[in-house]
Amino acid sequence: MRFAVLVFPGSNCDIDCYKAVEDTLGEPVDYVWHTATDLSAYDCILVPGGFSYGDYLRCGAISRFAPVMAEVAKAAEQGKYILGICNGFQILTEAGLLPGTLRRNMSLKFLCHDAVLRVENNETPFTSDYAKGEEIVVPIAHGEGNYYCDEETMAKLKANNQIIFTYASNPNGSLNDIAGISNEQGNVVGMMPHPERAVDSLLGSEDGKRMFTSILKAWRDRHDAAVVR
Amino acid sequence: MTQQLSAKEPTAEQIAEQQIYKQMGVSDSEYELICGFLGRKPNYTEIGVFSVMWSEHCAYKNSKPLLRRFPVTGPRVLMGPGEGAGIVDIGDNQAVVFKIESHNHPSAVEPYQGAATGVGGIIRDIFSMGARPVAVLNSLRFGKLESDRVKYLFEHVVSGIAGYGNCIGIPTVGGEVMFDDSYDGNPLVNAMCVGLIDHDKIQRGVAKGVGNPVFYVGPPTGRDGIHGATFASEELTEESEAKRTAVQVGDPFMEKLVMESCLELIDSGIVLGIQDMGAAGLTCSSAEMASKAGNGLELYLDQVPQREEGMTPYEMMLSESQERMLFVVEPKDEAQAQEIFDRWGVICAKVGKVTDDGRLKLFHHGEVVGDMPVTALVDECPIYDKPSAVPAYYEENAKVDTLRYPEVTDLGGALETVLASPTVASKAWIYEQYDYMVRTSTAVRPGSDAAVVTIRGTRKGLAMTTDCNGRYVYLDPEVGGRIAVSEAARNIVCSGAEPLAITDNLNFGSPEKPDIFWQMEKAVDGMAEACRVLDAPVIGGNVSLYNENAKGAIYPTPVVGMVGLVHDVDHITTQGFKKEGDVILLLGNTKAELGGSEFQSAVHGVTEGRPPELDLNVERALLDTVLAAIQQGLVQSAHDLSEGGLAVALAESCISGGIGAQVNIDTELRHDVALFSESQSRILLSATPEKAAELEKLISERSVPVNVIGRVEGTSLVIDINRASALNKPVEGLKQVWEEAIPCLMK
Repeated sequence: MRFAVLVFPGSNCDIDCYKAVEDTLGEPVDYVWHTATDLSAYDCILVPGGFSYGDYLRCGAISRFAPVMAEVAKAAEQGKYILGICNGFQILTEAGLLPGTLRRNMSLKFLCHDAVLRVENNETPFTSDYAKGEEIVVPIAHGEGNYYCDEETMAKLKANNQIIFTYASNPNGSLNDIAGISNEQGNVVGMMPHPERAVDSLLGSEDGKRMFTSILKAWRDRHDAAVVR
Repeated sequence: MTQQLSAKEPTAEQIAEQQIYKQMGVSDSEYELICGFLGRKPNYTEIGVFSVMWSEHCAYKNSKPLLRRFPVTGPRVLMGPGEGAGIVDIGDNQAVVFKIESHNHPSAVEPYQGAATGVGGIIRDIFSMGARPVAVLNSLRFGKLESDRVKYLFEHVVSGIAGYGNCIGIPTVGGEVMFDDSYDGNPLVNAMCVGLIDHDKIQRGVAKGVGNPVFYVGPPTGRDGIHGATFASEELTEESEAKRTAVQVGDPFMEKLVMESCLELIDSGIVLGIQDMGAAGLTCSSAEMASKAGNGLELYLDQVPQREEGMTPYEMMLSESQERMLFVVEPKDEAQAQEIFDRWGVICAKVGKVTDDGRLKLFHHGEVVGDMPVTALVDECPIYDKPSAVPAYYEENAKVDTLRYPEVTDLGGALETVLASPTVASKAWIYEQYDYMVRTSTAVRPGSDAAVVTIRGTRKGLAMTTDCNGRYVYLDPEVGGRIAVSEAARNIVCSGAEPLAITDNLNFGSPEKPDIFWQMEKAVDGMAEACRVLDAPVIGGNVSLYNENAKGAIYPTPVVGMVGLVHDVDHITTQGFKKEGDVILLLGNTKAELGGSEFQSAVHGVTEGRPPELDLNVERALLDTVLAAIQQGLVQSAHDLSEGGLAVALAESCISGGIGAQVNIDTELRHDVALFSESQSRILLSATPEKAAELEKLISERSVPVNVIGRVEGTSLVIDINRASALNKPVEGLKQVWEEAIPCLMK
């Protein structure tokens, strides 16, 4: 399985995502520049955190126009796995690949600390190694993580089980304590907490590891099924 | 060539007649010297260039004789003071690069941008050496957190540090902050950056190779920050607000791109010399690079990217616009360099050439608009040995009896008072605004004795801390200087690391005042002595003088930034108690030392007497012993005793560990003194019951005083003195007091 970590000007969790894939899975992973026009070699695309384009205008608002984003949309359509973390989540909402938007934290301050997340849906390619309802510790570090959408969208999110993670203690004012969601098809996930920062107990938590192992397992299942057929 | 270019600018004659140079901080005798070096009167651009190069900020003209007293070499030191940052070997072809720098004056008038650009500047110092910045720290001082003005400064300084560090993606892993009236109106904002480098990648700021092109990298030059270095070298007055334009505006996104592209350029191996444009911008970087190579430099100012129209040579040379670098490559490598910057979308322009005539020559619109000897700019600034005198307050404090206040009997109440003092209280309100985890290497987060960052691909780590108690330094600069270095070393050792070296930021008042110069002299002596005994040389630093307000000088605050090497991540130790039943040991002796203590300030509202004594040989033995014990795996937790003494150290270890403790202190001291004395060279350890005896034996064998004082247990902090109950507080309650103090004041 081959992973791509996108690099926009101002991405700064690209290295952390890269290391997490390398250390947790040992699968091949490449940095892919924002100007790339071909993602066909990749099975999973990680849209990392950071301050792409300095967060100028609005978080993710400029990145969505990067050439690589058209390829990300194509990959999403093809059912490939796409995970946007923090600024990556913001970019995916700006690009229309995920519903809703991320507003400034209620405190109007950047917040960095461990957060307890509840796994709301473990029947996704990203969360199958977790138990439903399990509480995991994954850090947050953001100024604009306050998830918002209209009522109709929220009703859909609920009806389709698109709410993947919620906060045990809401840090930022997110609607319904939402920490992470998926698209309708379930192959695109965005989340504000950083699973790539929770893959080593020396650094605080290993609870993020299973997101990566879940993705690999899902890919293998699909891949094996294809081979058998 | 001395003709004026801009109608607004005074002529060389007018500068002389109207003594315009004085407005730039150049004295009459310095002006005469400059005329001598030039063989004529300087024009407006030239006097501007000289004034910033000869400012305290760039030339250390009042502090150089003192800085020479520091030990700056050691077996591991690869580069000492003089370059962008010092470098220390950590084995395996790797080295650590670090430096601290102040941005006090800018932050006093424009706290967000002042603090933000302070962070940006120190990060550039690190990557201009070729190093990858891996962490930033800070050291902050404000007035009492009571007035709206102080709260405004505090809130915006913290936001500025967060805004810059978070965006560029370098974790802010540690720091310290103290609140005291002496900093009212003149806050201190010191930022430190730590980087990692391979030995063969180390860069120097030299303009090598006559005829080689000189490149400018970064955003266009604007009119911001003109004369920033001079602004930083004078006292803050009511007119300082009007100098807001001297404060630069930062763009961390741009710096991220400049950093990545410059590191890629350095990695390509084609760079001959590179330096950042910090204080005094284009002037300082070009003159210093030429000086270090023994060469000259021509600058073609029309080629300098400009943000505004009609900028004069004076403005371009003195602008402190941020995120700019200067580098030299061979002509054959120009295209390769250009390609790297094009890909990162960063402006790169050829603005000059290395020459052999030893002169800094400026061209504009086809004319020579400045022509100065490089050595005169860089090396010939007069150095002043200022008069020094023992201040009256120092003599008076000798007579103060620090036990003159009646004994405080409500020890639990006193502990809560001290825990709620913003200087001691939890700093989570601050550091939770910083991304301290990005780059996924932070093994010990803010809030313990020192932060620890791991080094990928090895079992090693770097411990880092900033420390200084200005009250001690005020009460006795020499002892205070010793304590600042020793406390930093204690924090490093308590984290499981071996102290490597320090960088220092000497924040003082006006050196023109003999009292203040005496403080500087004595503090440097105390620090230098501590550095020698503790084997921690000074590899670089910064001097910030003229930190005064209407009421006088700040407390002398020579901030120490120290980095230590964790030899194996298994040695990483934190301050929190770990497990029910663990044995608690107190190392060191407790004496009746309340002078300059947090207890004295928080409970009695005074800072007086003599500070705690410190014997450096005793300190050295303590540090060696604790490090050995940690490396042998005998220690569960380690915490240095500092502000608030034993009571606060116990409370913090309980709060961090989320567990209680039961201790007994046998003492002949007054009970409030026993708990809140700030005697130095003391460390609190805990050990499993199985290893406690072995630990105690190891400590005693090395003749370090040690007492087993109790056990980790329950949910309350219970302190008995001479077997009688003295203090009993639930940890949860103490935690609440400690955690809520700063958020409450900021609401």
